[in-house]
Amino acid sequence: MTLSGTLRKVARSVLVVLLVTFMVVALLSLAPGSVATIILGPAATPESVAALNEELGLNDPVFVQYWDWLVNALHGDLGTSLLTDLPVTEMIADRLPVTLELALLAQVIALGIAVPLAVAAAARPGSVVDRFTSAIASASLSIPAFVAAPILVYFLALQLDLFPVSGWNDLSEGLGPNLESALLPAFAIALAEIAAFQRLLRTDLVSTLREDYIAAARAKGMSPSFVMMRHAFRPSSFSLITLLAISTGRLLGGTVIVETLFSLPGLGSLVVNSITARDVVVVQGVVAFIAVVYVALNTAVDLGYGLLDPRVRKEVKA
Amino acid sequence: MTQIDYLDQTGGALSEVVQSEPVVPVVRRKRSVSVGLSWSWLVLVVVLAALVPLLPVSDFDVAAGPPRTPPGFGNGLDLLLGTDNFGRSELSRILYGARVSLVVGLVAGTVAFVIGTFLGLLAGYFGRWVDAVITYVTDALLAFPPLILLLSISAVTKPSLFTLTVGLTILVIPSFVRLSRANTISWRSREFVRAARNMGATSPRIIRREILPNVLPTVASYLPLVIASLIVAEGSLSFLGLGIPAPTPSWGGMIAAGKDSLDDAAYLVLVPSVVVFLTVFALNQIGDSLRARFDRTASD
Amino acid sequence: MAGSGAAHLRGDEALLSVEDLVVEYRTSAGVVQAVSKVSFDVLPGETLGIVGESGCGKSTTGRAVLRLDTVTSGSIRFRGRAIEGLDEREMRALRREMQMIFQDPVGSLNPRRPVRELVVEGLDIAGASRKDQEAAAGRVLEAVGLADDRFRDLLPRRLSGGQAQRVAIARALAVEPQLLICDEPVSALDVSVQAQILNLVEDLKRDLGLTVVFIAHDLSVVRTVSDRVLVMYLGKLCEFGEPEAVYASPAHPYTRALLDSVPQPDAVDGFTGPALEGDLPSPLSPPTGCRFRTRCPRADEQCAAEEPQVAEIRPGQFAACHHPLPVPEVLAAAGGAAVPVPARSSA
Repeated sequence: MTLSGTLRKVARSVLVVLLVTFMVVALLSLAPGSVATIILGPAATPESVAALNEELGLNDPVFVQYWDWLVNALHGDLGTSLLTDLPVTEMIADRLPVTLELALLAQVIALGIAVPLAVAAAARPGSVVDRFTSAIASASLSIPAFVAAPILVYFLALQLDLFPVSGWNDLSEGLGPNLESALLPAFAIALAEIAAFQRLLRTDLVSTLREDYIAAARAKGMSPSFVMMRHAFRPSSFSLITLLAISTGRLLGGTVIVETLFSLPGLGSLVVNSITARDVVVVQGVVAFIAVVYVALNTAVDLGYGLLDPRVRKEVKA
Repeated sequence: MTQIDYLDQTGGALSEVVQSEPVVPVVRRKRSVSVGLSWSWLVLVVVLAALVPLLPVSDFDVAAGPPRTPPGFGNGLDLLLGTDNFGRSELSRILYGARVSLVVGLVAGTVAFVIGTFLGLLAGYFGRWVDAVITYVTDALLAFPPLILLLSISAVTKPSLFTLTVGLTILVIPSFVRLSRANTISWRSREFVRAARNMGATSPRIIRREILPNVLPTVASYLPLVIASLIVAEGSLSFLGLGIPAPTPSWGGMIAAGKDSLDDAAYLVLVPSVVVFLTVFALNQIGDSLRARFDRTASD
Repeated sequence: MAGSGAAHLRGDEALLSVEDLVVEYRTSAGVVQAVSKVSFDVLPGETLGIVGESGCGKSTTGRAVLRLDTVTSGSIRFRGRAIEGLDEREMRALRREMQMIFQDPVGSLNPRRPVRELVVEGLDIAGASRKDQEAAAGRVLEAVGLADDRFRDLLPRRLSGGQAQRVAIARALAVEPQLLICDEPVSALDVSVQAQILNLVEDLKRDLGLTVVFIAHDLSVVRTVSDRVLVMYLGKLCEFGEPEAVYASPAHPYTRALLDSVPQPDAVDGFTGPALEGDLPSPLSPPTGCRFRTRCPRADEQCAAEEPQVAEIRPGQFAACHHPLPVPEVLAAAGGAAVPVPARSSA
């Protein structure tokens, strides 16, 4: 990866972020129901509404509003909530750990299930095991979070009483209670990821296992499982890592459903609650934050690709 | 026999063999059971949803029986799938909900397919600034996690079938643009495109007659998968209460309403859940089989 | 040998006249000089064969003449009219008269259209009626030997290489061109099929009075079809003349090397002659002076300093070389004495 190539990619990402945040701010400044009315309450007079609109700069053209927002954002100020008067950045900082923990936990669960399934499937392509695991993966892909979550609640929380139905136990209350409240939601999210990981890893493993050097290893007398773990897994896991990074970004927004259902104080539920309450400032800030993180993550993966891929590294050395 | 026959060492015998048409054995494509079942399910849902006003079921907003009746046979069509907390027929609500999901999914998917394919063709064929602009906007839209984008759109619009469809269309246009653009770029440098230009074809004609027919099957094969994701998106929105407003039923809304009664009326959640799952699964199966078929052709 | 110069041009009666054609294009690695000041012309009814190794710029020349590649500079005259500066719209009107046959037969046909639509593409663009198109389709398919009805509805992937190339030729014929440029039309085909296609082109040329530019890397193929031969190397012109003369007594060392590198079926004296040393230089930074000097056994300081111009070495035979080869008979007459070769420069 040349320096100019890297710079170009980063510059491009910055441009995308600018467009993304502009879309967010512009879009949400069109929100019906004047922001001023929300702040002042239903008893507000038209004059005071107009005055507040002027003061908040809501009569300015969109570009001016965006510019103001951008300048503030770069100083770390995403505005103040219309409802709670808290700084948006503070609200994000409060809720980010919950969402992050959910996302990471979901990834771990997904990997924990997907990897063995993929290995089992790739060991004997076309076999009953392969087709069965592929069917399971396919099926889990078709279970959206809003379907999975209630059903999991029904079976595991209500029927078997293994987990709480809702509510979040912060880490400060202990790891046990924390995990207890997080596992069910994380599993609901993980279902879709399991399918994606399993498919990708299986395809990669199968094509790697077909390579000549695998045959050479087997000819040397290595056992199939040894060959799988030592020789096939490493190159195949490469694209899996990439997918992992990308899906983590995607999950930042994907926890919305689960957080709402389980009443978890994360970023996703913050977005939904703010939308319902018409707290435009919060919605702007949180959505922009999530989008920026998403772009940053994807760019990092893109750039890291060149670094991580050993083939590219070898060329650079030579 | 002309002066060039020294190149043909077989004295002309070979040319006779070569003249005949190469024999291409007919490949019997194995019909997958799951794909067949998927089609059956989809056809069933579509037909029932389309005909529900004519069916002997109650409207979705009238009480058809005692509230919270579990599903069962022998009580008539209305109570086949039970009733909800207000005594409304679950079967009726499922079917009317299907109308919403299917209409939104099909319309948004198809419109996005048309617009996205067109933009992708332009970007891929003309390149340079056209490509730069289209790709820039597409990348920006794809930078949103899908549900977040939807939520943002629904934050500023008054929820209705129309706004929902528009929002979902915007959501999936970028995917089609990317697909179409990649395929266009790959086809644009083929020799037959150069041959067409050599014949005096204008750019619009080349796009329309040479590139589009080759791009279309591949992009279209993703339509079922996209529609599946749209149904999931619509369901998610209605689950959060931000989708189609009451009293129109929607699958997501039904699950949301039923989740509070999980302890004693779990079927309120399970029935719509199964329907959603089967529909999405069927679309995914069909989409996968189409993709396997058409992506291979494109790599010729 | 750095073939610049137009000594070999034959004047105004030429159907196609190219002078100092330059085609360069930018890549991330630099500017590729694909064609550097090449001149040639083709008389009506003549077949000009352009031959050379891969990367010598012959295909680019063919495409540039038809304005399918961007012309950096130079003049192209078709029927006396300068066409290098025409915009796309004006070129489109001319396209019917100058057609091309491509190297990949199946790839040059739209995989989704049946043969009967493919062959009349040019007429359809020109707005001919459906009836006229059908009549033309029948006519040209018969002319190329695919008269059988079953060919009409076949898709390109059902055609063999030879059949596909026939369809491509039929398609070119349908617009009744005056000039036909064949860009390696038989390179992708089996040997026996090559003969058929070459015979076909010969017959059509004779029956329809076509002027043909035949681009190939196979020396024997070019010899049999051409009235004149043009040898190219690394974007430059080496030699020009009648095939018999060029092949029997090449004036340019590169032509000699090309001829010598054809594997002999009778391997008594080894399979080939003296091989060309070294690798093909990069077209991004070709050698100064004569571009062939890095591999030429006869190169000296003059070759590095000065680009040779095309000159008439023997009557009707032109070469761009400071030290052209003499006619072999001279060698024999001189009792096998070695022709004095200038000392190799250290360049």
